[in-house]
Amino acid sequence: MPTAGEGDDADDRQRSALMAAAQAGDRDAYAAVLRSSIPVIRATAVRLGVAADAVDDVVQETLLTIHRARHTYDPKRPFIAWLRAIAKRRAIDVIRHDSRRRGREVDGQHVADEQPDPRPTPSGVAEQASDARRLRGVVATLPRSQRDAVEHLVLADRSLPEAAAATSRSQGAMKVNLHRAIKSLRTRLGG
Amino acid sequence: MATPHAADDHLIDRLCAELTPVRRTRSPLAYAGIWLVFVVISALALAPFADLGAMARRLAAAPEMWLAVVGSTLTAVLAAIAVLQLSLPDRRPAWAWLPMPAMALWVGASGVGCLRGLVVPEAHAADWAEARLCLAFIIGFSLPLSLLLWRLTACGFPLRPRRTTALTGLASAAAAATLLNLFHPFDLAALDLLVHVAAVALVIAANASASGRRFVTGMA
Repeated sequence: MPTAGEGDDADDRQRSALMAAAQAGDRDAYAAVLRSSIPVIRATAVRLGVAADAVDDVVQETLLTIHRARHTYDPKRPFIAWLRAIAKRRAIDVIRHDSRRRGREVDGQHVADEQPDPRPTPSGVAEQASDARRLRGVVATLPRSQRDAVEHLVLADRSLPEAAAATSRSQGAMKVNLHRAIKSLRTRLGG
Repeated sequence: MATPHAADDHLIDRLCAELTPVRRTRSPLAYAGIWLVFVVISALALAPFADLGAMARRLAAAPEMWLAVVGSTLTAVLAAIAVLQLSLPDRRPAWAWLPMPAMALWVGASGVGCLRGLVVPEAHAADWAEARLCLAFIIGFSLPLSLLLWRLTACGFPLRPRRTTALTGLASAAAAATLLNLFHPFDLAALDLLVHVAAVALVIAANASASGRRFVTGMA
């Protein structure tokens, strides 16, 4: 009966063979090795302390990096070490990115307390309609990636996973694109 | 509502659709060899323009200069090997320490030479004009060496771009400093040492700052 270590070695040899086949262009092998890598990536992210809502970002970023770096894998070396190194680096990137983003965010309650009465007056309704038309016009001038982020996340009020699936982008990319779009809109609208 | 696993499946399907065969990257030592051959060719190309006799006499008169030349040469070789090892994702980060002992030898031997200049009256120390030429040589020669090493590093996929490109700067600056010995008629003095250190630091900093988004991380 094989020991746990021998089982891990066998798994790694199998993944190594699949990755070698993927390097030669075998799409079925590539799909198999990517799917089998997801639990390892998740475990690496959790072990490094990535927030639960950011683990999916780590998975997506790692899969993208595997795709870009696939030519660097040497089938004579352990696949798991190569995979874990990439997953670890992407997890650290996500942790740092989230940390910087949280440092820029303002406390929601504090902002809400300082806002004026939001109920519109009759003249205010017409002004809001004009503002909405102007906003849609400016959104249309944004780069495609930023426009998608605004349209899916803000105007259509979709969740992050839904928007990411609809646009074939990672959730991390959607967040960054939304942030850039808001910055662009502020500049263009003079706010 | 799409689940996270559906998003993963969608991404995997997209990556598989984009899959094309790739040629595996070569061994880091092979790429290091290419770079070192280029450095040797540069030295051979410069040799006809150098006063090799004066260089030999200077090295004979100042034995610590041999150690400094050995130190800068080893730093260049080992830093290049370290850079190319680190261009592969599964290589240990500790490779970055490989050139450090040689760098310590280079700096230490250069420092001893500097002290010699203080006690040997006939030692010819560089003035500001000559020191500026040394600075320009190291920085100028580091540029093509850095560009070639960057190109070779891009055959891999470094996960720590800033560290990799800083080491690229160290390898290139050390190689340029070694080549400078062909044209360096001065005994090493404090000004010379300062200029060498400044030149090497500038090259390393320029490489590190240029790493930027050179290697796409996927964080759009």
